[in-house]
Amino acid sequence: MNIVACVKQVPDTETLIKVKPDGSGIDETGIKWVMNPYDEYGVEEALKLKEKFGGDVTIVSLGPARALETVRTALAMGADKAIHINDPAFEGADAYNIAAALAAAIKGIPYDIIFCGQRAIDDDAGQVGSVLAEFLSIPQITIVTKVDVEGASIKVVRPIEGAQLLIESSLPCVVTTQKGLNEPRYASLPGIMKAKKKPVDVKDAAGLGITVAPKAKIAKTLPPPARPPGKIICGEEPAEKARELAKLLREEAKVI
Amino acid sequence: MEESKMAKGVWIVAEQRYGAYRKISFELVSAARKLADQLGEEVGAILLGSGIEGIAGELGKYGADKVYIADNALFEPYTTDAHATAVAKLVKEQNPSILLLGSSAQGKDLSASLVGKLATGMATDCVDLKIVDGKLLSVRPMYAGKCYGEVAVSSFPQMASLRPNVFPAIENPKTAEVIKFEPGLDPSQLKTKVLEVQKDTSGKADLTEANIIVSGGRGMKGPENYVILEELADVLGATVGASRAAVDAGWRPQKDQVGQTGKVVSPNLYIACGISGAIQHLAGMGSSKYIVAINKDPDAPIFARADYGIVDDLFKIVPELTKEVKKLLA
Repeated sequence: MNIVACVKQVPDTETLIKVKPDGSGIDETGIKWVMNPYDEYGVEEALKLKEKFGGDVTIVSLGPARALETVRTALAMGADKAIHINDPAFEGADAYNIAAALAAAIKGIPYDIIFCGQRAIDDDAGQVGSVLAEFLSIPQITIVTKVDVEGASIKVVRPIEGAQLLIESSLPCVVTTQKGLNEPRYASLPGIMKAKKKPVDVKDAAGLGITVAPKAKIAKTLPPPARPPGKIICGEEPAEKARELAKLLREEAKVI
Repeated sequence: MEESKMAKGVWIVAEQRYGAYRKISFELVSAARKLADQLGEEVGAILLGSGIEGIAGELGKYGADKVYIADNALFEPYTTDAHATAVAKLVKEQNPSILLLGSSAQGKDLSASLVGKLATGMATDCVDLKIVDGKLLSVRPMYAGKCYGEVAVSSFPQMASLRPNVFPAIENPKTAEVIKFEPGLDPSQLKTKVLEVQKDTSGKADLTEANIIVSGGRGMKGPENYVILEELADVLGATVGASRAAVDAGWRPQKDQVGQTGKVVSPNLYIACGISGAIQHLAGMGSSKYIVAINKDPDAPIFARADYGIVDDLFKIVPELTKEVKKLLA
């Protein structure tokens, strides 16, 4: 079974995001970069399937030179090889163009399942996996918390509002991964040593035969809207504070 | 621009399950109506399902001028391939200028697939929409709300998915014209199938759809203590949520997690109990309309985001609050 796991390098969840004064994006100074947490579930699931069925796990990542560190992390976890798409033309590119590049890179390798995180925690767009499936003309199942492969089909669990679905799809397909799917392993020291020698194929847009033409563009990046200062409710007894809070929620905020 | 001259209309994809609308459908039509009035264009809605003809007109109540319906057993329950095929076919034929979906479980899935099928751009999980120079400008949180982006789409349709519970559903009655269309489904091309639907029997709204959320964090000290939050939630008609710390400790199920790596929620009221307000939690609930923090640490960052704060022991405050609310609502 040949599996592809797409990974993106993103700021760590605890990062404070600073917007550049001119609104052209975020200030990347001092950011700690990590593998997108949702992509980690995809890498882990790929490795588990490889352990069960054999085959190869290929990591595909699009990002600047620093993203190579995230690619190496995935290789250290146990993936076999990687494709790193690195071209300044992709800076600020939208999901459509990123998916086009991933599809072009993946077309050249055999695959049965492609894992993508259900969204990246930087731009939170949650589109790339689905668009990739469209480019490859294969089915997609998104936001998945359980994966079972049987023969040429896959069964997955997808939580939706107020229910869980058990969905079957033919292979190959794209699966986007959600927290709860598994517990991603840490890279072992021998894994880290081995990863240094694993092949990473670096590609640019021209090498993939594509041109980048964004359809969606972030015209301006803004800090979050300020909230008016809150009220601290004082009082002698818990009961008194609770009464005051209930009253404010009822009469001032009108939310209960 | 040639294409923009041709593309016309503000469209939405409605969401229903087994003949019952999801609330997001009305939020979508209301948001579309507002944009269409600014543009002097019509609101079109797409409704897919099985046995849904009887509910089609209801979208007119919120301002839909036209409702395009396709009634087919293959649409229920929802699968990406059936729905995306039908919507893409109709949108290509009719060429609306703007296409809005919900950022719900179904809408996230369908909208992203349509971005590929329609070769266009989309702003995901938007909290505000504006028309600037005749074009859509979508405002959306990024980095889970640590910053916001204004997104412009240069291709058509200009797509946006809307965060549930943010855009008000406003009645604005029109007599909607109901138009049947041929969805162009080829069963041999449908590769995914729903084998089983396991319904949540709690009777509680999903966190992403809840009007009120009572949420507990590390300060709850253990899974057994959530009962006091559940009692408050019952009185308020609220859903109970949890911080990542509480979920990672195994106190609460994964589906209850609010935060950057959990659910992003925007209820009318969010009551945070024993939650310090780690940046990744604030990211998941920062767009709530009112935030209450109950925490004994006066320096907890959650207080900086709260509309109302109580610095005290939650084990004393929460049961009292339950009593007080019960009295008020009696």
